[in-house]
Amino acid sequence: MNTFLFGVFPYLAMAVFVVGMIWRYKYDKFGWTTRSSQLYESKLLRIGSPLFHYGILLAVVGHAMGLLIPKGWTDAIGIDQHTYHLVAVIGGVTAGIMVTVGFLILVFRRRTVKTVFNATTVNDKVMYLVLGLNIFFGMWNTISTAIGDENFYNYRTGVSVWFRSIFMAQPNVEAITAAGTPFQFMAHAFLSFLLIMIWPFTRLVHVFSAPVQYVARPYIVYRSKGDTGQRPTPSRAPQDTWKSPTSAKNR
Amino acid sequence: MRIMAQMAMVMNLDKCIGCHTCSVTCKQAWTNRTGLEYVWFNNVETRPGLGYPRRYEDQETWKGGWELGRNGRLKLKGGGRLAKLATIFNNPKLPEIEDYYEPWTYDYENLLNAPAQKTFPVARPHSLLDGRPMNPQWGANWDDDLGGTYKTGHEDPMLKGIEEKVTFEFDKSFMFYLPRICEHCLNPTCAASCPSGAIYKREEDGIVLVDQNRCRGWRMCISGCPYKKIYFNHSTGKAEKCTFCYPRVEVGIPTVCSETCVGRLRYIGLMLYDADAVTAAASVKDDRDLYEAQRGVFLDPRDPAVAREAERQGIPLDWIDAAKKSPVLRLINDYKVALPLHPEYRTMPMVWYIPPLSPIVDAVRETGEDAEEAGNLFGAIDALRIPLEYLANLFTAGDVQPVRHVLDKLAAMRSYMRDVNLEREPREEIAAAVGMTGTEVQEMFRLLAIAKYDERYVIPTAHAEQAHALEELATDCPVGEGGPGAFGGGSGGPVPVAIQTLRETKERMQADDMSQVPGSVSYLQWDGRGVPGQESPEAADDRHGIPGAGPDLPADPKAEHPLQGMRAQEEPEQ
Repeated sequence: MNTFLFGVFPYLAMAVFVVGMIWRYKYDKFGWTTRSSQLYESKLLRIGSPLFHYGILLAVVGHAMGLLIPKGWTDAIGIDQHTYHLVAVIGGVTAGIMVTVGFLILVFRRRTVKTVFNATTVNDKVMYLVLGLNIFFGMWNTISTAIGDENFYNYRTGVSVWFRSIFMAQPNVEAITAAGTPFQFMAHAFLSFLLIMIWPFTRLVHVFSAPVQYVARPYIVYRSKGDTGQRPTPSRAPQDTWKSPTSAKNR
Repeated sequence: MRIMAQMAMVMNLDKCIGCHTCSVTCKQAWTNRTGLEYVWFNNVETRPGLGYPRRYEDQETWKGGWELGRNGRLKLKGGGRLAKLATIFNNPKLPEIEDYYEPWTYDYENLLNAPAQKTFPVARPHSLLDGRPMNPQWGANWDDDLGGTYKTGHEDPMLKGIEEKVTFEFDKSFMFYLPRICEHCLNPTCAASCPSGAIYKREEDGIVLVDQNRCRGWRMCISGCPYKKIYFNHSTGKAEKCTFCYPRVEVGIPTVCSETCVGRLRYIGLMLYDADAVTAAASVKDDRDLYEAQRGVFLDPRDPAVAREAERQGIPLDWIDAAKKSPVLRLINDYKVALPLHPEYRTMPMVWYIPPLSPIVDAVRETGEDAEEAGNLFGAIDALRIPLEYLANLFTAGDVQPVRHVLDKLAAMRSYMRDVNLEREPREEIAAAVGMTGTEVQEMFRLLAIAKYDERYVIPTAHAEQAHALEELATDCPVGEGGPGAFGGGSGGPVPVAIQTLRETKERMQADDMSQVPGSVSYLQWDGRGVPGQESPEAADDRHGIPGAGPDLPADPKAEHPLQGMRAQEEPEQ
């Protein structure tokens, strides 16, 4: 079971993610949007959304730091465990609070503002559940690390090793399932890959359209008639994703 | 010099009667869909009034358009690229639905289903957003004909500085209508604000469009556009805007709003301009110089040198010919009677307006004076400072002079043409007083008053060598379009954006009855489900075996249509 959850499932999830993203991009560019509900309600959104999103960005940086950098490296440049722990806890708790509070505001808004709730699909609800659980376990991880003493579970010698081993195509399942790994860490790890698996099929795809190219682009875009601004796909014309009421199968 | 062609429009406000036909036909054609209930690509505002969305012209609030930076260069008033990215999680300057209005429908079913009762059943309004019964508080033209302006009129942003001079007493007030579509600016802030680069200006005709496949719904364009002519489709999560009816324009027919305009007040034609000069013109220091600066970027295709250069740069000959005949060019550059809407936003708008003389004529008439006597009108234009200043706030960033010149010309034309029509000796001094000759006045009169369809709309068709890419013709033959697509039948083959084509329109007009019109279907038999004119296989299966239910098995041909039966009964009585 553990072999499947932490040895096979991550690969399954990542495969689904890659294929799913390509499929979604190819066939559903029209559906690729943030599906903003700001038009309906903006007062709660004004607080909740930046809090959540900036918190997530901070959390991503923190995860990269904790998961990708081996403990040996920080030791080698003379950062002792106490200093690292301090940075990780302060950063982690800040990010965690931002994400949790932001998420709660957003979910509260989504549930109580009727127009926003009406615009919420089943797909969204499933995604919010997985994301919410993931945030819950992530927060639990952070808090348990923060309040535990330094002999408490050190994820850098456990979960992080397993995480890196996945990308080296030699999954070290033992590293995460070893006795002493708290349940919340395993749950968070599994739910994260579950989230990655459902990612291409949810509104989360908007993360991958973060418009960084805007910084370098000329302000006014000119384009020729009939030029779709992207390479033509051989199998389908780009306007196919329109759902037009006049479209007929035999046209 | 980089010569580009721009499809442009001029509206003659003197002729607008505020009937909203343009708005309604536009809505029927383009925004009659879920998610766009509150969207009016074309709307008609009563001025003085708040406009739509409310107070959209107050750029101190909305931060739309461009402004000059300290270094004298243009910058987005709503913040530059980094500021836009930093606020991407919550757009701080986005109008809420209350700034437009909460769309509603009526519970019509109640009228049919209500049980017998003493009082008449009513159809109550219900919100189209959340379905709840609601009490409409505002609409797209709530202050139409100055309705309620005694209460809200003072909030009109264009009254800034002249508040105390404008009275909202009904019989004294000065009123006109302002139809608005997207300005298809030469320097559009919506495009500049779009983080995804989905909004683009077409090289061929300058029409500004949103690529629905690239839009990611960041909503910065809505804040960026000072005219608030980009709308958020809350169902698809994408921005949508007036398309200048490009599928129609490509085949040489005017936009829906122009085609259906009852007052025939719209003119469509090409303007050639120097794309390299736009930024400099939009950056002139004084707001009041922007009108002349924008006129400065236009090129006159009747100048052989310009025509030659345009041809060399690849603009098709028939487009250059059309540009020479453009009514828009004559109104903007020859007669100088058309003015841009809000040049101070520095977007170089391309839908221009002839300011209305009628309110002034009416004011003169009410005093008992001869309202078509040139002297009286000239005097009134000067005396009625309030309308002038108000119009100047709209069209020339507050500079009264250009507005006065336009109104003088219109007054002179009115007076001069009266003499012509009454077969009196036309007085050349009237024309001369506004710097024109009698012939020019007569030509202008012809264009403004009696120009026929072909003169009002000079629209060259898009080019045959590009025809396969045109929406209307849909001759693209993509490989692999077999059965239903990945997202079901609805995502099937390419469908023209509009149903009409020039060819279809012609055939329809020349046909004796609808059965001769190719591609036409009868909506009489359509139950609102599926594709009109053809039954879905499921529906056909459902009806199989029921006598008279299927179109193939008419059990009682006389009762096939209820109206037929009624007619048959009525006939003997006649």
